[in-house]
Amino acid sequence: MADTSYDFIVVGGGVVGSAIGYGLAKRGARVAVLDEGDTAIRASRVNFGLVWLQSKGDGMPDYGRWTRRSADLWGPFAQELRQTSGVDPEHVQRGGVIFCLGDEEFEQRRTTIMRMHNQVEPWVYETEMIDRRQMQELFPGVRLGKELVGGSFCPHDGVSNPLRLLQSLHAALKRLGADYRPDAPARAARAEGGGFAVDTPVGTLRAGKIVLAAGHGSPALAGALGLDAPVIPERGQLLITERVAPILDVAAGGIRQMSEGGMLIGATFEDTSEYTTRATTANAVELAQRAIRIMPDLARLKMVRTWLGLRVLSPDGFPVYMESDDHPGAYVAFCHSGNTLAAVHAEDLAEAFLAPRLPERLASFHPRRFHAQKAA
Amino acid sequence: MLRKLPDPAGGVVTVIVEGRPCEVGPNDTAAAAALLAGIGHTRTSPVTGEPRAPFCMMGVCHECLMVIDGVPSRQACLVTVREGMRIDRQVGPRALQPAGADAHV
Amino acid sequence: MSESFDLVVVGAGPAGLAAATEAAGLGLSAVVIDEQPEPGGQIYRAVERAARGVAGDALGEDYRHGAGVVAAFRASGAVYRPGLQVWQVEQEGEVLASDGESTTSFVGKRVLIAVGAMERPVPIPGWTLPGVMGVGAAQVMLKASGIVPAGDTWVAGSGPLPLLYLAQVAAAGGRIAGYIDTTPPGNRWTAAAHLGGALRNFPYVRKGLALRAHLKGSGIPVEAADAVAATGDGKVERVRWRVGGQWKEAPCDLLLLHEGVVPNAHVTMAVGCAHDWDDRQRCFRPHLDAWGHTDIGPIMVAGDCGGIEGARAAEVRGRLAALATAAGVGRITAEERDRRAQPLRRELGRHLPIRAFLDTLFAPRRDLLSPADDVVVCRCEAITAKKVRDAVAIGAVGPNQTKAFIRSGMGPCQGRLCGLTVTEVIAEATGKTPGEVGFFRIRPPLKPLTIGELATVTPAG
Repeated sequence: MADTSYDFIVVGGGVVGSAIGYGLAKRGARVAVLDEGDTAIRASRVNFGLVWLQSKGDGMPDYGRWTRRSADLWGPFAQELRQTSGVDPEHVQRGGVIFCLGDEEFEQRRTTIMRMHNQVEPWVYETEMIDRRQMQELFPGVRLGKELVGGSFCPHDGVSNPLRLLQSLHAALKRLGADYRPDAPARAARAEGGGFAVDTPVGTLRAGKIVLAAGHGSPALAGALGLDAPVIPERGQLLITERVAPILDVAAGGIRQMSEGGMLIGATFEDTSEYTTRATTANAVELAQRAIRIMPDLARLKMVRTWLGLRVLSPDGFPVYMESDDHPGAYVAFCHSGNTLAAVHAEDLAEAFLAPRLPERLASFHPRRFHAQKAA
Repeated sequence: MLRKLPDPAGGVVTVIVEGRPCEVGPNDTAAAAALLAGIGHTRTSPVTGEPRAPFCMMGVCHECLMVIDGVPSRQACLVTVREGMRIDRQVGPRALQPAGADAHV
Repeated sequence: MSESFDLVVVGAGPAGLAAATEAAGLGLSAVVIDEQPEPGGQIYRAVERAARGVAGDALGEDYRHGAGVVAAFRASGAVYRPGLQVWQVEQEGEVLASDGESTTSFVGKRVLIAVGAMERPVPIPGWTLPGVMGVGAAQVMLKASGIVPAGDTWVAGSGPLPLLYLAQVAAAGGRIAGYIDTTPPGNRWTAAAHLGGALRNFPYVRKGLALRAHLKGSGIPVEAADAVAATGDGKVERVRWRVGGQWKEAPCDLLLLHEGVVPNAHVTMAVGCAHDWDDRQRCFRPHLDAWGHTDIGPIMVAGDCGGIEGARAAEVRGRLAALATAAGVGRITAEERDRRAQPLRRELGRHLPIRAFLDTLFAPRRDLLSPADDVVVCRCEAITAKKVRDAVAIGAVGPNQTKAFIRSGMGPCQGRLCGLTVTEVIAEATGKTPGEVGFFRIRPPLKPLTIGELATVTPAG
């Protein structure tokens, strides 16, 4: 058997690794996607599923543009994925809102939106503040809480079904002849013989290039490849109700109705140093309280499940993409918004990894920015 | 088909199952009342629309979800009957708001 | 608001009641929280009422034994909180229970999970049709409401319970059209190896033989079969069974299924306790020491939710757990605990030897564990076995990834009715053991509760 059996090994079979692997495979690369098995700490399996622009990029204009690019790519990406895999990732782009309870939240949101607009070209966000009446028009027939004064609206926002997306990516990988290996978590990776070798419980796999996209698993592998993966975990909890007849048409931060009917309510933001995914009652209570203040009739619905995931954050919250200087052909990619960025990961990022060197336009995402901040 | 053994000391409670009065024992559950009333199915699946009926009678399977006294998604096998209790089928997914609620308050 | 006890017991079956009774006798404060309105669990359901009435005679001597268990509990001084659904058990010993409108928090130095068994899910074609139920479900109706079958009722399955139920129905004046015995004939040979243990429990064997003899004398047709299906338009209308490759059928308006019972392990799974795969009983059970301690500090287990041992053994397990609690909180010494445990362990020795024989004799048939492609596995989400296999084919090699992809286990029953089947189907498809495949990660809440109620909860922690 040839030593270099693959063009690419992608370490990580979550939504980031799978989207990159899909993008590489559909461009003709021979790809292996290595995954961790059933009980992986997998952010892709526990997220809210927004394809979300309006909150992204405050402080890094390139991230705003990158996200807008992904939001624009998502429609065709979803269509192509559905055709390739037979599974619909259920992308809907009807705009999205952030709810504001009380004038203070509304003013804070307005300030943020203005600040973000001022950092980039006007076409990037096109987000506006809307009042309670406009909010009611977006949610006809839904009783809104008394404290709800309005919020922000961005026409480019939307949703996917994150579970369908991952299923669809895995099914597409199979259709495209890529090797998805759920039994082969990477134990170690190294540069070897002009390519890369990855040790797994089922043997050593080799490839010409390697992409670390293993979220919380990347830091342990990065050093040996001359890569920097400063991943910080943040806990986020969600809950979902029983099925309800369709009523919420527009996506919102905090409350959305899934295509199956369940109301998804989220999410908490907690710093943590613990890699545990036990949901807490206190979090669930906090989510329930705020949801009822926004839509009081949610109080009658039954919660069927609550769960907690670990967000993959960088120190500034923006994505990290880099190619190793010591070992060109080794890349790391991680970000908070794997669902939103899935389309641009499958297109522009996959193209960038296929290029001889990582293109200069991704320079803002290099983790050297954290060291520069430290020096200053 | 099911029938209830005569229980002279048991007493009688009248409940309204799908609009029809039905006499049951005071310790019977709403699910037992629905089965005795012979209404066939007690809900339709919110997923497929198929008819479903109580399966386990011990709180495990959630097949007996019914609308009891106007409140949807009650586990009928865990609800003891009361005089005049209204026990209705739950048809498909429930609504966010109760019928007739004013959306604009 | 939070109420504190030495021992918080979840479940008012024989294990829970005996534990609370013993604990109270040792001077501990104890509370029993239960979903049902009356004590006894499913095995002694409504025993205080039924044992005195018409049904009581029909239900038999083993059932009436429960009246004593309940009476001792009533007299013990332990607190009894019926009608509460436990929806969360915290690792630190807090139990959150709902009455449907508000939640009460109970904090125990020890929490004893004693939630018993449930009927093993029986995924056969047509099992979601109205009119198809568990034998256990029908027995609950007999105990709690004096309800008996009256039309074309068929019982299909295997194990002691169908035989017992047939005898009880006959004694109560109900009517059964026929019994389809699905016990694989080969099981008798493998079970014969455990006959020695069975004979050490001769009273059990005698009862079993008496039930068999009763069935023979009853005139109820008995059909041996290796497959069963229900058909009908909107409700069960016919039952079909396969004998020697040929399908037979009969009119049927109530089909009662039973293929043994399995531990109700959802609570201990949700708490995060370690579990082992039990290959003989084809189920997961919490990893326990001889007193019922799990691997998580205050969390203990007694009775069938720790592994199927039967009602009488459950009582003993409950008392042992109470002794360990008393020693754990400093009420008695370890020596005192061990001394009091001695006769209990001897009693346990009288109830357990027959289990290997029963488990092997009534081991479920293969196509039940891993059903045909078109059979619904997950009732809540209407997911077929084929969908599970398709998910495995794209690399979802475990129940959690499968759940994420196809929604099996995401409905209101939280995977109770599909979990073991999903594990078995994946095990078969991947060539792994069920133990290696594992089970759904069970998320809170244990039972659905309204968002409105949740919003009012103040956790103790």
